[in-house]
Amino acid sequence: MRLVEIFIAAIIGLVYMTGLAAAQIKIGAAEALTGNAAQYGTPIRKGLELALRDINGSGGINGQKIELLVEDEQGKKEEAITVFKKLIFQDKVLMLFGPTLSNSAQASDPVAQSVKVVVFGTSNTADGITSIGNYVFRNSVTEADILPVTLRVAAHKTGLKKVAVLYGNDDIFTKSGYDNFKKALQDLKIPVTTTETFAKGDVDFKPQLTKIKASNPDAIVLSALVAEGAPILVQARQAGITLPFIGGNGMNSPRVFELAKDSSDNLWVGSPWSVENPAAENKQFIAAYRKAYAAVPDQFAAQAYDAMHIVAQALKKTKLSGKLEADRISLRDALPATQWTGATGPFKFRQVRGRAGKPAGYDAVQTAIVMMTKDNRYVIQK
Amino acid sequence: MLAQQIVNAISLGGVYALFALGFTLIFGVLNVLNLAHGALFMLGAYAALAAVVFLQLPLLAAVLVAMLVTGIAGWILDKVIFAPLRTRRAPHLAPMIATIGVAITMTSLVEGSFGAENLRFPPEVLPTEILTLGPVQITQLELKIIFLAFALMGVLLWGLKKSRFGRALRALAESPKAAALMGVDVEGFFRVTSIIAALLGGASGVLIALNTNAVFPHMGQPMLHKGIAVVILGGMGDIRGALLGGFFLAFAEVFSVAYIGSTMRDAVAFGSLFVVLLLRPQGLFGHAAQRRA
Repeated sequence: MRLVEIFIAAIIGLVYMTGLAAAQIKIGAAEALTGNAAQYGTPIRKGLELALRDINGSGGINGQKIELLVEDEQGKKEEAITVFKKLIFQDKVLMLFGPTLSNSAQASDPVAQSVKVVVFGTSNTADGITSIGNYVFRNSVTEADILPVTLRVAAHKTGLKKVAVLYGNDDIFTKSGYDNFKKALQDLKIPVTTTETFAKGDVDFKPQLTKIKASNPDAIVLSALVAEGAPILVQARQAGITLPFIGGNGMNSPRVFELAKDSSDNLWVGSPWSVENPAAENKQFIAAYRKAYAAVPDQFAAQAYDAMHIVAQALKKTKLSGKLEADRISLRDALPATQWTGATGPFKFRQVRGRAGKPAGYDAVQTAIVMMTKDNRYVIQK
Repeated sequence: MLAQQIVNAISLGGVYALFALGFTLIFGVLNVLNLAHGALFMLGAYAALAAVVFLQLPLLAAVLVAMLVTGIAGWILDKVIFAPLRTRRAPHLAPMIATIGVAITMTSLVEGSFGAENLRFPPEVLPTEILTLGPVQITQLELKIIFLAFALMGVLLWGLKKSRFGRALRALAESPKAAALMGVDVEGFFRVTSIIAALLGGASGVLIALNTNAVFPHMGQPMLHKGIAVVILGGMGDIRGALLGGFFLAFAEVFSVAYIGSTMRDAVAFGSLFVVLLLRPQGLFGHAAQRRA
């Protein structure tokens, strides 16, 4: 009796395992799940997994299910390289999502490029990431595309004449945001009264804000992530500064309304995604996310969610041979033409040029939505 | 702008000084460089946050809860780490290395239970009224924070100078062996010092969290670096040195932002520290290194 049971269990187990091995597409995700950047990596993971549930729930890719292997890269360059190598060489994934920070992407994406594995960033917005090579993709819209639009709309609506600038100067994301703001300000011929900086992990911004206030600008241009940006808003309002803030992508998060509750009014941001965007795909995403995680999604979750769908679209058009190297190349060839309308609206890829001017990786083409905060929510500005 | 920046520097300096006081106290008395002091600072902020959010306590009570929690943590730290190492006469570096482990453990525990994301005190509980005094604008909260930081420093200084306890503690810092011969309960005082140092660290953590609206698991790290700098500047183990050093660093930071440029903040602050140390290697109030018999 017992022997028979074991035998049956073994057979079932064996069938199940071989079945799994045959019918699964392995995709890796290297995201920051611990450490300071976990606040961005965690929603990314949730966005990817939510989309995966949709895709596998409705039959997967031509009958095959996608298996997502998530590894923690801790928001560190060295860790991102280690995790990339593990996913590529040990787990033999078809492609990779990640890493969370642009800083890490600069270090780890060349690993994927060198062995011809697609790496798909959902949150890397700094310049130059996709110049690394033609296996580097991202659906995160670069700040170079968004910030000029935000500035133009904000300048038009508020009638500002001169601005002060405040940015984090030890982070590639906020620094590159600053560079883009600087260029856009020059193009729009808006003078800068003073440029101030802060460092990652700073908590007291009053000296900079006091100096900015004394320089008498019409608005403050802010390139920061929420972790520093929200306290900056609160401390500015405490110091009696009621000026508009014009922020980068990092300030487009509903977390602004938790961390800067009741001090968040008059913040202008541009983004392909808005929690207030009434498009059907976005409403569906927000409802599904709230149901699954009992939390409001942010832009990181939205872009990760869309990224997984974009890859699924490409996979549906790819004939997988079962030979890993060949399949990795086929997926790469299928991705550039993929289009998708998701939580962040209509999406397609655009090829960028590398440092030597040769065609390289792919950036996102999307329209920016400009929003202003009022009463702890974003209001879309037409 | 000048008056406002002076106020900014005083409120920041109060927190730095409070943090450095605990740090230097534990060095002076226990002869341990406590690298978990930054984590205690962080723990204080989280304890107060939990007291406000979960227990709905008023702010002042939350500060007391934070000091209680970090005080207990200081007691455990001494009981589990410092005391066993003392009785085994472990070499100098052992307790310092152990505190690195304690810091990582505490940070991970907090990250695991509260999450890696930034948190803040609910705005409803913070007094937001802005007072305008001439050219200076200051929130009621900031005033209270400055007052509290100075009150705590005052109590500590008075205690160390005037009370029997303080005299015993100073004797202990001078020479544990001599103090023991004079009938001081050395072990007991080591424990109390560890508790007081920890609760000062915790108190400074709450104050900065209230002042800046940012609570996160790694908030102790930059503070620890500043604390080390302040204590070295003031003279290792010297109370007045920690106080003045805290304000020196705060003024250097704030004024380099105001008059030189925020990009140069750390370069100016730590550069001027370096210059002071070149002129006085033992720190502002330190004694030249001498062998203790």
